[in-house]
Amino acid sequence: MRRKLTTLWRIFLGGTNNFVRNAWLSAAAMAVMIITLTIVLFSVIANATFSYTVQTIRDKIDISVYLKDDVTDTRRNGLITDLKKIQNVRAISYISKDQALKNYININKDNVDLQVAINQTDNPLPASLQIKLNDPDHIESIKTYLEKPEIKALQSDETSYSGDRKEAIDKIAKATSFIRKAGIVGVIIFAFISVLIIFNTIQMAIFNRRDELSIMRLLGAGKWYIRGPFLVESFLIGVSSAVVSIVMCNAVFSVANSTLNASSFGLLDITYASKYFAMHFWNIVGAQLLLGIIIGVGSSFVATQRYLRMKRK
Amino acid sequence: MILLDRVSKSYSKKSDSTALERISLHIEPKEFVIIVGPSGAGKSTLLKLLTREEKPTTGKIIVGGIDYEHLKDKDVPRLRRRIGVVFQDFKLLPNKTVFENVAFALEIIGISTKEIKHTVPRVLDIVGLKGKEKSMPMELSGGERQRVAIARAIVRQPKILIADEPTGNLDPKHAWDVIRVLEKINRFGTTVLLTTHNQDIVNKLKRRVITIEGGKVTSDHSGGTYRA
Repeated sequence: MRRKLTTLWRIFLGGTNNFVRNAWLSAAAMAVMIITLTIVLFSVIANATFSYTVQTIRDKIDISVYLKDDVTDTRRNGLITDLKKIQNVRAISYISKDQALKNYININKDNVDLQVAINQTDNPLPASLQIKLNDPDHIESIKTYLEKPEIKALQSDETSYSGDRKEAIDKIAKATSFIRKAGIVGVIIFAFISVLIIFNTIQMAIFNRRDELSIMRLLGAGKWYIRGPFLVESFLIGVSSAVVSIVMCNAVFSVANSTLNASSFGLLDITYASKYFAMHFWNIVGAQLLLGIIIGVGSSFVATQRYLRMKRK
Repeated sequence: MILLDRVSKSYSKKSDSTALERISLHIEPKEFVIIVGPSGAGKSTLLKLLTREEKPTTGKIIVGGIDYEHLKDKDVPRLRRRIGVVFQDFKLLPNKTVFENVAFALEIIGISTKEIKHTVPRVLDIVGLKGKEKSMPMELSGGERQRVAIARAIVRQPKILIADEPTGNLDPKHAWDVIRVLEKINRFGTTVLLTTHNQDIVNKLKRRVITIEGGKVTSDHSGGTYRA
């Protein structure tokens, strides 16, 4: 047992020494690995941000039902209860005439003429029900209900199904949905290419040191005793790269948030992206470390395998 | 100690690619044997067969009681740990210090760190490298590098030491330093197999000389000489 522990310790120490003594080679492999991990991380965050954008836009889609002034509280509550029974309805909020006026004044507070005009008339705005939906694409059941003659009789104006807005929102939703899908494909392609590059880099690093492997073999070292330090070295490259990549991303978000005070970068909503980064920080750290270690150790394992095969002649 | 019985080795099926042809040899324990012959005669192939870097095409090899015919691949590292090998190109690990290069041979057989710290300086002293423990191979001269390789080969106190042209890359002074170390090791009881081109060394040593030419043993004399 003690002997095995000594061997493990020696393998670990050997790998650490190699990592330090081959500083340039380690740095080169790390540079490629950092780029790999950062690209993957950014792609994942960008993807999450696009999903969030789509969701935010879809959340804005609602139905406004304008009520006549003479609708009683009882009748209105009955209407709300009936609407809540429809499956697709997520929430209903009631906006009274007074509230509607306040909202209107608030929105137009800079328009003095309008303020004066409003004060000279009675409140012309109707009370309304704002219906939030689970799925804005399927409003038929609500529409059928609202168009019943006895319900229609309670309404002062045509119901607003977000009108033109919905069409525009649909277009944006479609576009973002496409971008989101493209994002997922992009993440996969980037990850694949990056893995290939880092795999090649580590393979080349080991190819450069194939003589070392054969010397160790000639001295009678076992397969794992030879391979171990190489795996430890790649493990260290993976871990350091993951840490550097996360520190870099963290710095980018901090700078974007504080110094530049930017809220979006093209289609990327940086505020949300940095919030997402902070929210999932430990998951991201774990995933980056795992990815770095898997790519590093995996490449090293495959590369050493080639030189550890015993000659059979 | 070493027995070769009608050993042949060819690298392809063509008859002209035969590196060794029906070689039979018997080397006793504690012998100092010099193998000579022109380049491409098959000397290195013979040594590679002994360290099991290559397998014979036909014939039987027994080293230290181990019959290579029954040796499994997974047991090869264990065999190599029992044979010390010194190469013409030193084959030192470039990223390890002198001490670590020698210690490596002990580490792979699971010797404790305490014992390594005790043994390695003693062996470095024998080969005349006291004080060079922390040097990297790059910082050493050819002769010094070869002596590190010898220290690494003898630190496990092997019964057999194979030295494949260890003086090939050295000037006469350093070459003799290396030979003196090999003689010293032989006096301690290790069987030494040395291949060399150096006529002066062969003739002055007056040991058993085996000449290989064209893959065949053409002469085998005790206290022999070498005419290149």
